[in-house]
Amino acid sequence: MAQHQVNYASSGGLPVVLTTADHIINWGRSNSLWPLTYGLACCAIEMMASGASRFDFDRMGVIFRASPRQADVMILAGTLTKKHAEFTRRLYDQMAEPKWVISMGSCANTGGMFNTYSIVQGVDRIVPVDIYLPGCAPRPETLQYAMMMLQKKIRRESADMKKNKKQRFI
Amino acid sequence: MRRYTPKGNVQKKAKYTDRFWVAPKVPRAEVEEGSFFATVLANLKNDNIEVLDSYIEIDHLVVEIKPEQNVDTLKSLRDSSCFKMCVELSAVDYLAQDGEFEIFYLLLNLDEAKRVRVQTRIKQDQAIETVENVFRMANFAEREMYDMFGIYVNNHSYLKRILMPDDWVGHPLLKTYPLQGDEAASWYEVDKIFGKEYRDIIGPELRDPARVDRYDTQRFARIGKEVPFGADPELVDTTETPIEEGYSKTLLTDYTTESKQLENRR
Amino acid sequence: MRQQANKLQPFFENLNFERKDNTMVINFGPQHPSAHGQLRLVLELQGEQVVKAYPDIGYLHRGVEKMAENMIYNEFLPTTDRLDYIASTSNNYAFALAVERLLGIEDKVPRRAKVIRTMLLEINRIISHLFFLATHALDVGAMSIFLYAFREREFAMDLMEDYCGARLTHAAVRIGGVPLDLPPGWLESLANFLNKLPEQIKLYEDLLTENRIWKMRLEDVGVLKPEDALSWGATGPMLRGSGIAYDIRKEEPYELYSELDFDIPVTDRCDSYGRYRLYMEEMKESIKILRQLISMYPKTEPKLMAHAPEYISAPKEEIMTQNYALMQHFVLVTQGMRPPKGTVYAPTESPKGELGFYIKSEGEPYAYRLKVRAPSFFHTGLLQDILVGTYLADVVTIIGSTNIVFGEVDR
Repeated sequence: MAQHQVNYASSGGLPVVLTTADHIINWGRSNSLWPLTYGLACCAIEMMASGASRFDFDRMGVIFRASPRQADVMILAGTLTKKHAEFTRRLYDQMAEPKWVISMGSCANTGGMFNTYSIVQGVDRIVPVDIYLPGCAPRPETLQYAMMMLQKKIRRESADMKKNKKQRFI
Repeated sequence: MRRYTPKGNVQKKAKYTDRFWVAPKVPRAEVEEGSFFATVLANLKNDNIEVLDSYIEIDHLVVEIKPEQNVDTLKSLRDSSCFKMCVELSAVDYLAQDGEFEIFYLLLNLDEAKRVRVQTRIKQDQAIETVENVFRMANFAEREMYDMFGIYVNNHSYLKRILMPDDWVGHPLLKTYPLQGDEAASWYEVDKIFGKEYRDIIGPELRDPARVDRYDTQRFARIGKEVPFGADPELVDTTETPIEEGYSKTLLTDYTTESKQLENRR
Repeated sequence: MRQQANKLQPFFENLNFERKDNTMVINFGPQHPSAHGQLRLVLELQGEQVVKAYPDIGYLHRGVEKMAENMIYNEFLPTTDRLDYIASTSNNYAFALAVERLLGIEDKVPRRAKVIRTMLLEINRIISHLFFLATHALDVGAMSIFLYAFREREFAMDLMEDYCGARLTHAAVRIGGVPLDLPPGWLESLANFLNKLPEQIKLYEDLLTENRIWKMRLEDVGVLKPEDALSWGATGPMLRGSGIAYDIRKEEPYELYSELDFDIPVTDRCDSYGRYRLYMEEMKESIKILRQLISMYPKTEPKLMAHAPEYISAPKEEIMTQNYALMQHFVLVTQGMRPPKGTVYAPTESPKGELGFYIKSEGEPYAYRLKVRAPSFFHTGLLQDILVGTYLADVVTIIGSTNIVFGEVDR
């Protein structure tokens, strides 16, 4: 495909292997991701089920925290209404860097089956999203797969968050 | 000239109509003498309620009254006929056809397990008296009716919007309100959080579920080798050790023979 | 990100934090770790006691009633799943019952479909009550019950998944019957599940019922007097927890409930402890009902959908082979069926209370007005009354005890 030229020097030389400090810091960050309990609707039930007995989340180092100041990841599970959008943004702002967002379920990705007046059509109108997770409701294994994908993404990123801001596209 | 679309009812309409088809009606029965419903109607008459129409439809007694008498009717049904619970309270929008709202109350008699529906019609700008003193559930139900239809309720203790945000413009369940929301609705969250300047940066809502971007040739499913959006898949180093298929090692390990601690203790 | 800067200011909402009568105003915000969803309670506290409580809802308002005015009846059925998302089939069934009563085909639903539907309803009741137990215990502090109850719930959701393919949002019931027959071996798995469940319920009861801490946290907390319950329109376990014995399955029976033998637990304790006992007893009754239904299933003939060619499509074998069945199916799917003109309200006993659909039809394929009578809506309203005078720690217990789910409250 002629459109996609291979440029090995792009993205600050990303093909080059990460340094050791980055490696250790990213290992720490990815293996103990603490999500903010942000269950909004039906997907919240699947999120709780993924943290419960059968699909244990704790084996990945994932502990649900209630306060945004202590959380790394915000898993937006469920339908985001316009009334609630303001609070989502507030909570996202209150989270400390480094922070990531997983958008779980069709309603959070694009508004889902609710093509109505009071639903935000896609949570990425409000907060920048790292992983999109389709499904209605996605199985708990899917959420864990998304968490693993986020871990892979974190290991790939530079430990310096300022450099990461340029890499994040919205 | 563009085609004229009547704005009285912007909800979805059936595309194909049969010119000579007449819709059948759900059967209505008359109230029989001596039945429980006949005593209910007699009680209403004793309490000076003017019943405009009454019939039985799908096991519910339907009573039509004038809007000024709604509090008295519900009080009479609660006290004289023992309909102790009001189960539902809402309105139906008939503005396009008659210019009126039809408000209904559903009541339940727990001893006889019978239900009654009280119906009344009000004009568009008319307000209705609250029944909160008769049934407390009207506190929430009438607020919802106000929020969704714009029907003002007199003497309500706290008539504020309940389901929509407080500064929402418009009453959503009216037939003139489109399902996907009008202009004010579509920019509500952007204006509230970021301000009007960001309308161009964020862009309008994507409401078309069948939208396909013809020029997007990069996004193919890449399970196991995902890359960030926009990055070139050839460049990003995605070498992860592939997950071996098969049983996990923990299941296959025999803890009884291979544990070093056990060996030391022996 | 492009949207870095935003206009959000500190949010005081015209509330005074300290007033002349020295009450403190606390916002129990729309995001809180108690698992119940998006409830915002504005509490005025005098020390630790709540003086005034004002629930603010609407953070999950999805416009479901307006969607119903723009969708044909069969298309709307999966949307009803998302109302009470913990026990989805009960909402599907309530909607299907309302439409069937409107069409007048309630008696034409074949027997096997009735058996399957009742089984699904009771499994959903068990799923919902286990969820109630898990989240209520988690809120009060007994976190291990959460893990145990979710384990049982996983087995029940496996059964639902074997039947209809989805764990949470089932759409397992159609207007006029059920779409699928039970897979082979399903009844055996159900019997296995029913054999294991009573021991587990006994485990939970042994852990909680005579537990001193549990009793201290739950007794005399959230007292709902019977007059208030009636006036607020509380139904289901909230009403039976206040001494009024009204269960729609017994009083206004639908499906096969008139043929089944079960009891209705009632208590007049009026507090959270009574309601907790009620939920446990209801689970045991559901197990009884399911055992009777398993024995009823083999005697039915394998018809699954009602025969009403105007409103309901023919079975798949006929559609694939007969021409008129295919034409009618095409019309019903693209245009939608046109029910008679009229109004119906069909009350059913969902695990949370009385769930009813009020459908007003004008003969069009789209409903003219659809109103969902959600039990949790009124239970959230009565929080205004029962939270007054309690301590802040009891607020969480009471919210858990009323078993509200926000898909229903906000629709």
